[in-house]
Amino acid sequence: MNVVIVALAIPLLTALAVAFAGRSPALRNAVTLIGGGLLAVVVFGAWPTVIGGDRPTWEAWAILPGIELLFVLEPLGLLYASVAAGLWPITSVYAAGYLEGAGEKHRTRFFVCFALAIFAAMGIALAGNLVTLFLFYEVLTLSTWPLVTHKGTAEARRGGRIYLGILITTSVGLLLPAIVWAGLLAGTTEFRAGGILTGKASPAVLAVLYALFLFGLGKAALMPFHRWLPAAMVAPTPVSALLHAVAVVKAGVFAVLKVSVMIFGLDNLDQTDASEIMQWVAGFTILMASIIALQQDNLKARLAYSTISQLSYIVLGATMATSLAAQGAGLHIVMHALGKITLFFCAGAIYVAHHKTLVSELDGLGRKMPWTFAAFGLASLSIIGIPPLGGTWSKWWLTLGALEAEQYWIVATLAISSLLNIAYLLPIVARGFLRPSAEPPHAGAPQDHGHHDGEAAATMVAPLMLTAVGCLAAFVLAEPAIRLLQGAIP
Amino acid sequence: MILAHYNYWVVVLLMMIGLYTIMAHSNLVKKLLGLMMFQTSVFLMFISLGKIEGGTAPILTGDAVAYSNPLPHVLILTAIVVGVATTAVGLALVVRIHEAYRTIEEFEAIERDKRENQPA
Amino acid sequence: MNTQLPVLVVLIPLLIAPLIVLVRNPTAAWALFGAAAVSSFALAVQCLLLVQEQGLLQAFLGGWEPPFGIEYRIDLANAIVLCLVSGIALLVTPMAKASIEREISEPRIYLFYACLTLCLTGLLGMAATGDAFNVFVFLEISSLSGYALIAMGNSRRALLASFRYLVMGTVGGTFFLTGVGLLYALTGTLNMADLAGSLTMGFDSRVLIAAAAFIVVGLSIKIALFPVHAWLPAAYAEAPSAVTAFMAATATKVAAYVLLRFAATVIGPVVVFATLPIGTALVWLACIAMVAGSIAAIYQTDFKRLLAWSSLAQIGYIVLGIGLGTDAGASAALTHMVNHGVIKCGLFVIAGVLVWRHGQATVANFAGMPQQSPWLFAAFVIGALGLIGVPGTGGFISKWVLLQALIAESAWVAVAAVLVSSLLAVIYCWRVVEIAWFGDSDASQPPAAASRTPVGATLSLAMLSGLVVYLGVHSSWLVELTAQAGADLFGVGR
Repeated sequence: MNVVIVALAIPLLTALAVAFAGRSPALRNAVTLIGGGLLAVVVFGAWPTVIGGDRPTWEAWAILPGIELLFVLEPLGLLYASVAAGLWPITSVYAAGYLEGAGEKHRTRFFVCFALAIFAAMGIALAGNLVTLFLFYEVLTLSTWPLVTHKGTAEARRGGRIYLGILITTSVGLLLPAIVWAGLLAGTTEFRAGGILTGKASPAVLAVLYALFLFGLGKAALMPFHRWLPAAMVAPTPVSALLHAVAVVKAGVFAVLKVSVMIFGLDNLDQTDASEIMQWVAGFTILMASIIALQQDNLKARLAYSTISQLSYIVLGATMATSLAAQGAGLHIVMHALGKITLFFCAGAIYVAHHKTLVSELDGLGRKMPWTFAAFGLASLSIIGIPPLGGTWSKWWLTLGALEAEQYWIVATLAISSLLNIAYLLPIVARGFLRPSAEPPHAGAPQDHGHHDGEAAATMVAPLMLTAVGCLAAFVLAEPAIRLLQGAIP
Repeated sequence: MILAHYNYWVVVLLMMIGLYTIMAHSNLVKKLLGLMMFQTSVFLMFISLGKIEGGTAPILTGDAVAYSNPLPHVLILTAIVVGVATTAVGLALVVRIHEAYRTIEEFEAIERDKRENQPA
Repeated sequence: MNTQLPVLVVLIPLLIAPLIVLVRNPTAAWALFGAAAVSSFALAVQCLLLVQEQGLLQAFLGGWEPPFGIEYRIDLANAIVLCLVSGIALLVTPMAKASIEREISEPRIYLFYACLTLCLTGLLGMAATGDAFNVFVFLEISSLSGYALIAMGNSRRALLASFRYLVMGTVGGTFFLTGVGLLYALTGTLNMADLAGSLTMGFDSRVLIAAAAFIVVGLSIKIALFPVHAWLPAAYAEAPSAVTAFMAATATKVAAYVLLRFAATVIGPVVVFATLPIGTALVWLACIAMVAGSIAAIYQTDFKRLLAWSSLAQIGYIVLGIGLGTDAGASAALTHMVNHGVIKCGLFVIAGVLVWRHGQATVANFAGMPQQSPWLFAAFVIGALGLIGVPGTGGFISKWVLLQALIAESAWVAVAAVLVSSLLAVIYCWRVVEIAWFGDSDASQPPAAASRTPVGATLSLAMLSGLVVYLGVHSSWLVELTAQAGADLFGVGR
C-alpha cells in the first residue's frame, strides 16, 4: 500500500481511536503510543526508498480545476516528517507523565488534538502543491489552538487569541494571496525541482511575492510576526515541546525552505536577488530574538525566544539561495528539533517536580535533578553548536553556505548569535549545579501532592534523556540526513 | 419640448411625493400611502408609454390608422394586482403592529421596544 | 432545445401552495412543502444535466414564441441558481418541522407552509424566467410571501422588521419595474434575450442609462447591498428560524443572480461596465459592505443578528464578483452564491436549534454548551471556518476563485478588502467559539435537560456540514461549472 496514504491515515485513525477510547486512560495512552510507534516505523521505513530516488505519490482528487489534493514524498518532506513522527511517541510518553504530574484536565481532548496536529504535520510534509500545503497548514493552526488554551484560564485564552490571531492573519492575509498570485503567474501550484517561477515575473514582483510568502508563513516566526510563539507558551509543556519547538514552528520553516527551493528555485532567487530583503529580516530576527531571550526570566519564554532566533537560521539558510546553505537549513530543522525538545522536556520536568518556572528560582536545583540538568546542558551545547553534538553540523553547513555566497555579514551574525546562545543557555545549567540552593529543603511542602523531592517521574525523565542522547547520536549519524538533503537540493 | 412630455413630469412628481412620504413620515399608514403613490406613478408611466397620439384601442374596425399599444396596459393590470396585495399585506401588518405596540408611529414602537425590552 | 421542464420546476410548487391551504393539517402541510422541494430539486438537477449536455433549454408558455410570448430560458447560470434554491429548500425541510412547531402556533402552521412554498415558487420563477416583466412578478410573489413569513416571528419586533422590509422591498421592486418599463419603451420587447440583442448595438441613450440605474438600484435593495441593507439584519434576526435559514441562503442570492443577468446580458457589459461606472460603484460598495458588515457582526450579542450582519459582508463578495464585469468575476459570484448559501443555511439551522431549545440564541449563553452538545457545536465550527474561508471548506474555494478574478484584474484594493473582511470574520466567529468552549458558564442557564437536538435538525445539519466540507475539498466540478456559466454569460469562448 502507498506509504503516503498510510502516513496520513495513522495519525488520523489514532485521533479517532483516542476519541473513542477516552473513558479509559490506559487504553488511550496505549492507542497514542501504538499510533506514534507505527507512524515512526512507516516514516523511517521510507528512507531507503526515497534515498533510492523513488517519490511515492498520491493524487487524491481535484480540489479545484487543475489543482489536485496532491501528496508527494520527497526528501525534504521526509526529513520534516521524520522529525515529527520520530518525536511524537517520545512526547506521548512524556505527556502522559506530565498531565498526571501537573493534574491537567480534559486529557482526551488533549490527545485527540495532539494526534490531529501530527496528522496536519504529515499533510504539510507530504503536500505536493501549495494548496494542499495551505490546507494542512490551517488544520495545524486550528488543531493546536485548543492545546494552547487548554487550561481555559483568562491568561490561556488571551494567549490563544494572540496565537490564532497572528497565525490566521498572516496565513489568510499574506499567504493566501501569495499562493493565488504565484498560481496565476506560474500556471501551477505544484512543487517542482528547480522551482516554477523562473522567468515568470520581474525581480521586483518576485521580491514582493517572496516577502508575502515568508511573512505569510507566520509559523516561521519572522519578526514582526513572532509574538504568537511566546504567547503559545501558556500551553502545557508537552505541547510547547513537540508543537512549538518542533512540529508547528518547523512546519513554518520547512514550508519556507520548500517554497524557496521548489517554488522560486534557488538559482532564480540567486539571480534576481528577490530574497535579499528577507535575508536582512532573518538576520535581524536572529540577533534581536537572542537579545530578548537574554532578558527573559521565565524559562519557557526564554526558550521560546531562543526558538524564534533559531528558526531564522533556517530562514536565513533558505534565503541565501545556495545549495550548501539550504542543506544546512534542512539539517538545522532536525538538529534544532532534537535540542529544543530536550530543553522543553527539562523545563516541564522542573515545573512538575518543583513548580519552578523562573530561571532565577533554579539555584541549586541541578543537584536534586542531576539527570534533567545534564540533559539540559547537552541540549544547550547542541543548540550552541559545539562538537560532538548534532547542532555542529547545521551551523557548519550554514557557515559554509555563507562563505560560498561571500556574505560575510552572515558569518558574523552566526558567530555573534552563537555567543548569545551561550549567554542565555549555559547560565541556567550553571545556576542549577553551581549555585547554592536558594530555599531550605521542603519549604514548599504544602503544594506537594505525591511527587518526591528529586527528579520528576520516570515517564518524564526517560524521554528527555532519550532526546539528549539523540543530540549526541545526531553528530555521528548525520550522514543519511545529509545524503537525503543532497538529493533534495542538488 | 418639455410640455410635450408632460406625462413624464407628472410621473416624476408623483414618484418624488411618494418617496418623500415614505421617508419623512413615522406614521406607518402614511408610509403605506406614500408607497402606493410611488407605485402608481410607475403605473402611469407604463400606461402613457403605450399611448400613441391619434391611436385608438387595438380593435380591428377597418378605419383606424394607428393603434395604441395594449401590452403596457396588460402589464400594469398585473402590477396593480401586486400593488393591491402589497398594500393589503402592509395594512395587515399595521393592524398587528397596533395590536402589539398600541401605536402606529414607528419611532414610538421602537422606543417601546427599548423601554420594555421584552424578549418574546 | 424546447422542453417544458423549466416550467415544471416553477409550476409544481405553485400548484402545491394552494393545496397546502386546502389540506390544513400541519404535518401534511410540511410533507407537501417537502414534496415541492424534492420535485423542484429533482427537476432542477435534470435541467442542469440537460443544459450541460445540450446547451440552452427554452420553454414557450402557451406555445407563443419569443419575443411575443413568455419564455423560460435556462442556461448554466440559472440552472445553478435553480439547483441552489431548490436544494436549500430540500435541506431546510427536515429542520423546519420541529422548529416551526415550536415557533408558530398550530392553527397557523399550514398558512406558514403555504407562504413558504409560494416564496420558493417566486425565487425559482425569478431564476427560471427569460422575461423581464415576469422577473418582476416573481420577485413580488417571493417578496410578499417573504413579508408574511418574517412577520410570523414570535417577537413583536418581527412585525416592525417585516414592515420595514415591505417598504424597502416594494420600493426596490418598483424601481426595478420602472427600469424594465424604460427598457420596454426603448426596444418594444420584454424578452431578456431579445432585449440583449437589441441593446448591444452600441445603443447610447439617456433612457438606457436611466433604465440601468433604476434596475441596479432596485435590485441592490433586494440584495441588501450597502447602503440599502438596513432591512436585512432585523428581518433575518426576527423571522422564524426556518425562514431565515431558507431566505438567507436563497433570497439575496437570486436577486444577485438577476443583477448578474441584467448586467452581463440584458443591458450588456458595454453599458454597465464601460459607459457607466456601475461596475466600479458596485466594487466599492461591495468592499465597504464586506468590511463594515464584518465589523458590525463583531459587536452583535444575538447569534442570529451576528449571522445576519455576516451575511451582509458575504453578499459583498458576491456583488464584488459581479461588479468586476469579467467572466471570472461572474464565476466567482456564482461559486460564492452556492458556498455561502450552504454555509449560512447551516449556521442558521444551528441558530434554529438553539432557539428551539432555549427560546433564544444569545452568544453569551453559549458557555459550556459544547460539552452538552458537541456535534451541534462541531457543525458550528465547520460553518464558522467556512465563513472565514479556511481551506477544507467551501468558503475557501469561493475566496480562491474570487481572489484569482481580482488579481487578474489587478484590483488590489478589493483584494485587501476581501482579506480584511476574512480576518474580521475570524474575530466574530472565534469570539463565539471562545465563549462556547472556554467561557464561564452562567448559573442562570437553562438546565441541561434541554440539550436535545430534534432529529430533523440533526439530519439537516449533517447534510449541510457535510456539504460545506465536501465543497471545500472536491469542488473542481463546481468551479468548472461556474466558470463555464460565467463565460456563457459574457459570451466569452472557453
